[in-house]
Amino acid sequence: MATSSALPVRAWRRVWSGTGSRHLLLALLGLLAVIVYVEAASDFRNLQFAAFGYLGIAAGGLTVLTGLNGQLSLGHGAFMAIGAYTTALFLDDGSPVVPLLGVLVVATLVTVLAGALIGAAAARLHGPYIAGATLALAVGVPGIALHFSDTLGGEQGLGVVAPPVPVWLLDLDYFFTGRDLTPSRYLSYVVWVCLIVTFVLLANLSRSRVGRRWRAVRDDDVAAEVAGIHLGRARVSAFVVSTACAGLAGAVMALVVRLTAPGGYTLTLSLTLLTAVVLGGLGSLWGALIGAGLLSYLPQLATNVGESLGLDQTRAAELAPLVYGAVMIAVILLAPTGIAGAVRALRARRTARAERPPPQTTESTVQQGEMSR
Amino acid sequence: MQQLLSTTLTGLTLGMVYAAFALALVLIWRSTRIVNFAQAPMAMVTTLVALQVIDAGAPYWVGFLVALVSGLVLGAVVERVLVRPVEGKAEINAVILTLGLFIVLHAVAGLVFGNDYQSFPAPFGLSGFRVGDLNVALTGFGIFTIVIVLVVMAALAALFRFTDLGLRMRAAAFNPEVSRLLGVPVGRMLTIGWALAAVVGSLAGLLIAGGSLVYPSYMDSVVVFGFVAAVLGGLDSPVGAVVGGLLLGLALSYVSGYLGAQLVTLASLVILMLVLTLRPGGLFSSASARRV
Amino acid sequence: MRSMTGWPKVATTAVAVTAVGALLAGCGGSRPSDGGGSSDPGITDSTIKVGAHFPLTGVAAPGYSEIPTGAKAYFDYVNANGGVDGRKIDYTYRDDGYNPTNTSSVTNELVLKDNIFAMVGGLGTPTHSAVVDFLNQQKVPDLFVSSGALAWGDDPDEHPYTFGWQPDYEIEGKIIGQWVKENMPDAKVGLFLQDDDLGRDSEKGVRQYLDDQIVATARYTSGNTDVAPQVSSLASKGADLVLSFNTPSYTALTQLTAQKLNFTPQWFYSNIGSDPALVGSLLSRFSEGAVKGTNSALDGVLTTEYIPGVDAADNPWVKLWQKVWDENGGDGELTNYRIYGMSEAYAFVQALKDAGPDPTREGLVKAMEEDMADSDGPQLAPFRYSEDSHFGISGMQIVRLKGGKSEPVTKVLTTDVGDADIDEDDSGQADDAPPSSGIPDKS
Repeated sequence: MATSSALPVRAWRRVWSGTGSRHLLLALLGLLAVIVYVEAASDFRNLQFAAFGYLGIAAGGLTVLTGLNGQLSLGHGAFMAIGAYTTALFLDDGSPVVPLLGVLVVATLVTVLAGALIGAAAARLHGPYIAGATLALAVGVPGIALHFSDTLGGEQGLGVVAPPVPVWLLDLDYFFTGRDLTPSRYLSYVVWVCLIVTFVLLANLSRSRVGRRWRAVRDDDVAAEVAGIHLGRARVSAFVVSTACAGLAGAVMALVVRLTAPGGYTLTLSLTLLTAVVLGGLGSLWGALIGAGLLSYLPQLATNVGESLGLDQTRAAELAPLVYGAVMIAVILLAPTGIAGAVRALRARRTARAERPPPQTTESTVQQGEMSR
Repeated sequence: MQQLLSTTLTGLTLGMVYAAFALALVLIWRSTRIVNFAQAPMAMVTTLVALQVIDAGAPYWVGFLVALVSGLVLGAVVERVLVRPVEGKAEINAVILTLGLFIVLHAVAGLVFGNDYQSFPAPFGLSGFRVGDLNVALTGFGIFTIVIVLVVMAALAALFRFTDLGLRMRAAAFNPEVSRLLGVPVGRMLTIGWALAAVVGSLAGLLIAGGSLVYPSYMDSVVVFGFVAAVLGGLDSPVGAVVGGLLLGLALSYVSGYLGAQLVTLASLVILMLVLTLRPGGLFSSASARRV
Repeated sequence: MRSMTGWPKVATTAVAVTAVGALLAGCGGSRPSDGGGSSDPGITDSTIKVGAHFPLTGVAAPGYSEIPTGAKAYFDYVNANGGVDGRKIDYTYRDDGYNPTNTSSVTNELVLKDNIFAMVGGLGTPTHSAVVDFLNQQKVPDLFVSSGALAWGDDPDEHPYTFGWQPDYEIEGKIIGQWVKENMPDAKVGLFLQDDDLGRDSEKGVRQYLDDQIVATARYTSGNTDVAPQVSSLASKGADLVLSFNTPSYTALTQLTAQKLNFTPQWFYSNIGSDPALVGSLLSRFSEGAVKGTNSALDGVLTTEYIPGVDAADNPWVKLWQKVWDENGGDGELTNYRIYGMSEAYAFVQALKDAGPDPTREGLVKAMEEDMADSDGPQLAPFRYSEDSHFGISGMQIVRLKGGKSEPVTKVLTTDVGDADIDEDDSGQADDAPPSSGIPDKS
């Protein structure tokens, strides 16, 4: 009995210690959790879950850029817009010519092109200058849609019709659950499968040589350069990877929102992403996920609490941003390494005597002085 | 000709407002190495406070003064209570903190002052004047705006260059540890920096509000353009802030008048990228801004 | 290979978890039945739930956030007087900050979680565009969209559940265009347009009549408060009549800018931007030396009207709104925005009564198409609702502002989109008065 129970434990450790297989295992567990939630939750909860998911994808990409590579971006919403508009151009009526997967890939690629261009320009900049440039990006890109209003729909935007659920998936889902897969559940699956795939790739990438280079450039660019790392290339590659995530996030966001219009891609969206990343814990994919979840559910929660406290609906609506902003300030003041960082610190303290320290996937904060260079 | 003149003069006045806002950002940057994204809502709050005072029957200039003084207090309080804990920490923490403050101030203003449009008076006339056949699109208040921003710029430049206080503030920001050893009261310097910046920010708020409409989001577009102006100028230089503001104000006014208003935000992106590609540290950056 | 031995266990867990998930999901609740009857969501014997999305925070909140407070006051008034056929109206409005992404999520919440019976008065073109397909898929009646875009009324086959409310921007453009052509044939016309459907549809209507008279067109982007480049381009091209299709704050801004540029054309603002009470009081603060409260700032300006506003204090409808606001309103005064919300709420109560004592969603749509066109109400011209058209109010009256009040320049003019003629309205719609109860009867 002793050996048979020891075997899985050892096997577990083997799987756990190999980065790639650990990520795959986590991904599978994540997928299971997603399946359970999606099948159990109502259509409304699923659409909300999907919104959480697309924010999570973009936040995951941003946390790589800002957390691992030390580049601040206030304009990732603009890249989501590029992905979303590309998707909208493919899916403006109910009869798509390209399968959904193809649309998502193309949307990501188009965004990557834009990201490479902007990334090359941004790689030369530092601290507040990157902030300024990306801020202008966030407000400037929606202007393109206004200018080319014939193609891009102007202020009114472009409608997006999500393609119908594939028959094989309908059958598969029916086989297991005994009921039809609703479009909301389907969208939820699409978003979260995208998220899981993205996160596995990002996790592996950040543990690879590329990721180590990114960190080296962030921690000390002079030392990194001396060590033979091409600074520009490292910065641009981090930018490109993170914009690819934003593009994919924008593409699935277009499906969930059903419309792509400039009003959905204001500066607020870019700042929401950045906030999610920092609240969760900079540089940590878990943190990005936690932050995205917090920001997806918090406003509605605050409004509902306000209403149940007897505020009228207008006042309750005004309460949401108040709580939102207050949480941002509180987290920065009380848990500067974000929620994931605080949890990690707590766990580290508790398992201080354990044989192996908990896996440190990422660093938690950008080194001081990045901006003052 | 007439349109060129009007567009230029409007751009000039607008550029001066961006400049005032950029000056406030430069002041905080120089004193704490933080970009204050809550600058605009802080100014919005002080402007709305001034409006309460004016609505209660006080003359315009009393309201004006009240806005500046409440800016001074607000700036100092924000620095001591909220910003102090993140000073010297990762830059991004300060960014998120000031963004959080941005949202909170917005919400509070909506709750306290309401979400409606209100008109904000101006101390001088709001009509342009005529020279012969030509309409000169410059109001008394516009002239006031231009003059006062230039005065503030000169005063700030003088503060940093010639006064002991300015020197200490720069030292405290540049190297807090060494400054502390040299007996500079670093904490107090930082508070003074924020307080002064908030006064300049309040001034920008008053200049935008004068003869126009105010509501909690009335400064939102200035957040972006003011920041872009400051970055154009190089963030470190009061003169750079004013030049950046003017450049941006004029350029955007021409774009709006001759190419189309929908291109304004895109134009600000293009201008900024062009300038930063040629000079990554802005127009008035000093050589020491980069370490490598 | 030993490392693989961990997997079967995981796989077993996976199957177990999935099975539990499926079980949970199976117990999650029964699917709503497809048929009509009283089993439609949101309606019981004692309540009926309706919802809407409005910008309550952010840039678009000033003004627009007052509309649902007006609607709520009227619904509360109706509830206080016994409700509609014994049902109280439970009105939920949610904030979308004028951001289509938020509109999408709050509408999901209203429809899928709050289970509203109908959407009433959801505001904005880009915002409502994000949810119009969804509402129709879900078969939720989507009545009185607070926007003059054509999309709400022109295609009942595509959107059978969606109905417009105010006169669409195109017919307003037509009515203004024809009047200018007949009465100011020598005017050099400048167009000042918001750069979205408001400007685009109105321009289309205006150009049907005035194409040769237009000397300049300027478009502004909402959010960019500096309109001097636009106004000065109109001035430099010699426009002496400016037709302005913009929101109220831009009416104030264009007036201030024109003053700065010494530009004094005849101004003609479309209904959406004219709100004389609001804009007048905003502007009066700037006109030095003027007696406070006279609202003379917009004197001589032309505009249009399709429901009576606060300036017409003696109008029986406005008296009703004043009473409703005094009894059931919250903070603040009665404003034209609140009247707008109350007028929509009144029309909804009318439609609900017409749908019979046990309304279904289908029945409500049918009542809208069959009975609403000639119903009494504050609107000056009849609705255009039918099986073939879901457009709202069919026309308006051109008025001139004086001392903050409107003086009629024409009779009520009605028309429709496209080439439809413009006629004086002879239905007497403008002369009706509310029933003494203030609550509509079945028409």
